[in-house]
Amino acid sequence: MRFNYRSVAAAVALGCAVGTTQTALAQETPQRGGILNFVVPSTIPSYDAHRETTFGVIHPMAPFYSLLIRVNPANPASPTDFVCDVCDGTVPEPTDGGTVYTFKIRDGVKFHDGKPLDAYDVKATYDKIIFPPEGVPSSRKAFFSMVDAVEAPDARTVVFKLKYPSGAFVPALATPFNWIYSKKDLDEHGYEWHTKNINGSGPFLFVQEQPGAFVEGKRNPNYHHEGRPYIDGFKAIQAPKMAVNLQAIRGDRAAAQFRGFPPKAVDDLVKALGDKITVQTSDWNCVLLTTINQNRKPFDDARVRRALTLAVDRWGGSQYLSKIAIVKTVGGVAFPNHPLAATSEELQQLAGYYPDLEKSREMARKLLADAGQSNLKFELNNRGVDQPYKVVGTWLIDQWKQVGLDVTQRVQPSGPFYDTLRKKRDFDISMDFNCQSVVNPIADVTKWLGSAGNNFGGYEDPILEELYDNLAREGDPAKQRKILRQYEERALSDQAHLLVTLWWNRITAHRSYFKGWKISPSHYLDQQLDNVWLDKSLM
Amino acid sequence: MSTPEIAVDSAELVPPKRSLAEQLWSLCRRQPLGAAGGLVVVAMIAMAVFANVISPYDPEANSFEHMLSPPGADFWLGTDQFGRDIMTRIIYGARTALFVGFTAAVVGATAGLVLGVASAYFGGKFDLFFQRVMDVFMAFPLIIMALAVVAILGPGTQNVIIAITLPFIPQCARVVRSSALSIREIPYVDAARALGYGHARIILRHMAPNVVAPYLIMLTSFVGQAILLEASLSYLGLGVQEPTPAWGLMLQGGAEEYAESAPWVPVFPGLAITLAVFGFNLFGDALRDLLDPKLRSR
Repeated sequence: MRFNYRSVAAAVALGCAVGTTQTALAQETPQRGGILNFVVPSTIPSYDAHRETTFGVIHPMAPFYSLLIRVNPANPASPTDFVCDVCDGTVPEPTDGGTVYTFKIRDGVKFHDGKPLDAYDVKATYDKIIFPPEGVPSSRKAFFSMVDAVEAPDARTVVFKLKYPSGAFVPALATPFNWIYSKKDLDEHGYEWHTKNINGSGPFLFVQEQPGAFVEGKRNPNYHHEGRPYIDGFKAIQAPKMAVNLQAIRGDRAAAQFRGFPPKAVDDLVKALGDKITVQTSDWNCVLLTTINQNRKPFDDARVRRALTLAVDRWGGSQYLSKIAIVKTVGGVAFPNHPLAATSEELQQLAGYYPDLEKSREMARKLLADAGQSNLKFELNNRGVDQPYKVVGTWLIDQWKQVGLDVTQRVQPSGPFYDTLRKKRDFDISMDFNCQSVVNPIADVTKWLGSAGNNFGGYEDPILEELYDNLAREGDPAKQRKILRQYEERALSDQAHLLVTLWWNRITAHRSYFKGWKISPSHYLDQQLDNVWLDKSLM
Repeated sequence: MSTPEIAVDSAELVPPKRSLAEQLWSLCRRQPLGAAGGLVVVAMIAMAVFANVISPYDPEANSFEHMLSPPGADFWLGTDQFGRDIMTRIIYGARTALFVGFTAAVVGATAGLVLGVASAYFGGKFDLFFQRVMDVFMAFPLIIMALAVVAILGPGTQNVIIAITLPFIPQCARVVRSSALSIREIPYVDAARALGYGHARIILRHMAPNVVAPYLIMLTSFVGQAILLEASLSYLGLGVQEPTPAWGLMLQGGAEEYAESAPWVPVFPGLAITLAVFGFNLFGDALRDLLDPKLRSR
C-alpha cells in the first residue's frame, strides 16, 4: 500500500490558511516587460543549492535553474500539487507496487550554454544529491533514503527505483533546491564548480553578481515554458537588515521581499502606502525549536526536559507573540493543518500544551524539585537575528523564569551560532529550527530522531527510531496519522527531546504592481519568477 | 627707641573658612556647565544604586497585556513590545551603563597611566618601541577596534568591557607619558634612584601620583565614551544581551520596528544615552579646567 498524496490534495489545500488576495491575483492577464527589483535579507554562501539550505541562495539564484518537478506555481499553497518543470506531461504515477517512477524529459530544454538538457543530466544531478561521493556535501541526501537507484535508459527517460513505497518521495523530488545541473559541467569541472559558477536552464540568464550588493538576471528567450518569463529581468538586492528591506519597498527601490515581515512592520507599510501595497499571509513550514544538549547534566534527565516544556505557555504566546513576531500557530511535529498534524484537542494531551497553565507550571516545579534542580541556571544559545529568534528567545527566558529557572542568553551572529549548535556543541540549550520547503511531514519529522544529521541533541532513542521506521514504511494515511501521534508524544511529551515553541507565520508585503506571485507555506518555494509580471498601469 | 606694637588679630590673616556648600556653590557659579554635568552624573549613580527601590516594576518580566502601551499614568515612559516598563528598564539600564563605563574607563585609564609613566621613565629603545605599539593601536578608530575585539571574543558584558578597555589604554598612555617625561627630569626622581628604590616603586609611588591630573581628566572622558560604545555595541547586537536592561539594546529592539508606530520605545533610551554622555563630557571638561593650571589662571 502506498501513500496517495493526490487523494489528500484537496483537503490539504483547503486546510492551509493561505492568502488574502490570491483570488484577485489569479484572474488578470500578464503584461510583458520591465525589471523586477526585490530585496533579499541575506547573503549568498555559495551558488550550489545542493549543499546550501538558505533562502539566501534560492531567492537570487533559483530563477537561473529548472527542476524536474516543482510545486504548481498557480497553486503554491497546496503541499501536494506538483507539476512537471523539465519533465513532460504530468507527474507520473508509480508502478511496480509504488517503487518505480518513470519520468519523460521534455524536448527543447536547453542549458544557458546552449547544450540540450536530457535524462543524463537529470540522472547526474540526482546522483549528486542522493549518492554524493565522500566529502561532497548534499543537504537533502536524507530525503531520499528510500531511493535505491536512479537510471537513465535513454536520453528522454529517467527512472527512480525505490527500496519501498513512500509518500515522501514525490514531495522530496519537488524540493526547490534540486536544481538540474549539466552532466557535462559535473564531468568536466567537478562537484565544486557550481559553488561559484552558474549554468542552468531556468527562465533567466545570469548577468552578474556584485558580492554583498546584488544579483542581476535577464530574460531567457529560449525558456522551455512558452511565453515565459514575462519580465525582462530582475535585480535581487542583498540587504540583511529588515529596516533597509522595508525602506526599499516603501521608497519603491524594490517591489518585493519574499521571506516575510513581522506584523507591525507590515501594518506600518500598509498605513503608509495604502492600496499600493499587497499583503499575503500563510502558515509557514518552519517551526522554531529549542534543542536541549543531553550530553550535559542535568539535561540528560527527562524530568528536567519535561519541566522545561511544561513551563512554556504556547497558547498565550501564540496570541501575543503573533503581534510582534513572525510566529503564530501552536503545533506539534507536523506542519499545522496538514492532515497528518495533530488537532488542538490532540495537542492538549501533550506536556507543555495543557490548557491549564498554572497546573502545568506546578508540575514543572515539582519535576525540577524531584530532580534536585529547583534553582537550575543555564544559558540559551541564540541566533543574532531578530525575527523570530531573539524575540522568541526573550519570551522563552521569561517563561522559564516563571518556574524559578535562571536563564541567560548568548546571542551570536549566524556563523558562530551554527558552529556552537552543530560543531562545537558547547551549549546547554539552543534555539534551533526545522524549516522545510515542500510540506512533507513524513520527511520533516526526522528532525526529532537522534540519528538525524540535523539533530544536535546528543541522544539516542531506539523507541523513537522504531516508530519512525514504522511511519516511513506505512502507506495508509490513517495508520500513518496514528503512528505519528505516538511519535509526537514520545518526542515532545514523554522524553521532551526538542521543544517546539511556535510555528512561523509568513506575512509578505509587496508593491501592488508586482503580480502573479502567490504566497506558499515556505519562503523557499516557487521562486523561479517565470510567472510574475509588472502591471505598468499601477507603477 | 621702641617700636610701637601693632596688635594683629591672627584670625584676620587667615582667609575665612568656607563651608562645603559654599565651596560647591562657588564651583557651580564658576563652572555652570560642569555643575549640570555633575548633576547628571550624580543622578545616574543614584539611579543605578537605588534602582530596585525607585523602579516601579520588574525590568525583565514580560507583561503582554500591556505591550506597547504609550506613556501614561501607569507607565510614565510607556512599555516595549514585551510589555516591560521602559522607565524601569532605563533606571536599571543605568546600572549596566555605569558598570561597563566605569570598569572600562578605570581599567583602561589606570593601565594607560602605568604604561605611560613606565614608557617615560625607561625612555630609550623601550619608549620608542612601546610608543610605536601604541601608534598601531591608535591607528584604529575606537569603534572599529572595539568591534574587532568583540568579533574575536564574542558578545556579552565581560567581553564588551574588554573590547572598550583595550582602545582606552594607548590613549591614556600617550597623554600621561607626555606629562611624565617632564617629571622624570625633576631631581626627586634621581634622588629616589640614588636611594636604591626599584623601578616599580619609583614609577608607582613617585611618578604616577604626579600625573594624576591628566589621568583624572582622561578617566572622566572615558566614562562617557565607554557608555556610548557600550550602547553602540549593544545596538549592533554585539554587547549586552536580552533580557538584561541596557540602553543600546533597548534602542536596537525598538528603533527599527517601532520608530513610527510606538516612538516612545526607541526615543527614551536614546535620550538616556544622550543625556548620560553629555553629562559625563561636561563634567570631564569642567574637571580639566579645574585641574589644568593654565586654564585655571585665565
